[in-house]
Amino acid sequence: MTVVLTPAAEHQVAVHDGLWMSPADAERVTGWTLKPEGMCRADLCVPLPASALRVNEVDVVAFWAKLGGPVIASEQRDVWALGAPAGERNAALEGLQAPDFTLPDIDGVPRRLSELRGKKVFLATWASW
Amino acid sequence: MPVWQTLYDELKDKGFMVVAVAEESRGAEHARPWIDQAKSSYWQLVDTDHRLSDLYNLVNVPQAIWIDEQGRIVRPPETAGSTDHFRRMDLKTRTMSPEDQAERLAARQGYLDAIRAWVTTGAHALPPASVRANLPKVTPEIAEAHARFRLGVWLRAHGRAAEGDLQMTEASRLHPDSWSMWRQAADLDEVGKASGPEFWKRVQALGDRPYYPPPKL
Repeated sequence: MTVVLTPAAEHQVAVHDGLWMSPADAERVTGWTLKPEGMCRADLCVPLPASALRVNEVDVVAFWAKLGGPVIASEQRDVWALGAPAGERNAALEGLQAPDFTLPDIDGVPRRLSELRGKKVFLATWASW
Repeated sequence: MPVWQTLYDELKDKGFMVVAVAEESRGAEHARPWIDQAKSSYWQLVDTDHRLSDLYNLVNVPQAIWIDEQGRIVRPPETAGSTDHFRRMDLKTRTMSPEDQAERLAARQGYLDAIRAWVTTGAHALPPASVRANLPKVTPEIAEAHARFRLGVWLRAHGRAAEGDLQMTEASRLHPDSWSMWRQAADLDEVGKASGPEFWKRVQALGDRPYYPPPKL
């Protein structure tokens, strides 16, 4: 199994020759669904070149590059990171809706920013280093 | 942060919440002593992948974002109360002049007062165009830096420190404005190394540019 890290999740996936995987795994990892039009999420479809498709397989490296997102592999190519495309981050921030996230507190209890709708939130970072 | 607890206690009945996020790539246990000591009743979250820095395009700690009741950003990421006075301190004694200490305290107080005013009257919330104009832009290099940082943290946490270090170093090179990435790329096994001579050299190299850009209140 190969580890694929996305900005908010970690997946174990069966892949070969880079990140060729089943359409079901591609959907689980990327959140995009393979359709005849290409890879689709909500109303948006990104067409894929024929070279990124085989019977029951999709090349997620090629798809992610088409989206404009960074794809980084470890030396042994057993761990991959798919980064958010710069354009996607900018569009989200410029929309001014605070990007939602879920993070654990120190006891492991997950907390989601959007649970706080209705309050003014002072969201601040710090670190021990 | 005792000062955030004070602020929260004072304003919680006015529909106010503090969410403090520890950018702690070495693991939650490094944040625990501080969090236990703070005994805070607001949210203290632990972010070992620095996901918040990726989502909100942050470059240092402490930085804060103000979010209104509808979940909209009303102030872009900005320094949360810290100042550059530390750059003038006597490195032998690690002390600041009384004037600098007073100025630093006044700046911090001013920032906390601005939060109070926002919560009670809505002051300091910026119009959308102004928030947008002050958002730092994510470049393809920054996006790649975050992906490499994420991979680097994972490799370090899975016993592959040397390989992880290479990813962290490359992340820092791609995103030189990020002090968080630089300091995490530095050897953090021993706390303090990331604020050792190399850190000071890099701070001095800023020249007239700020380490903690003051919020435009």
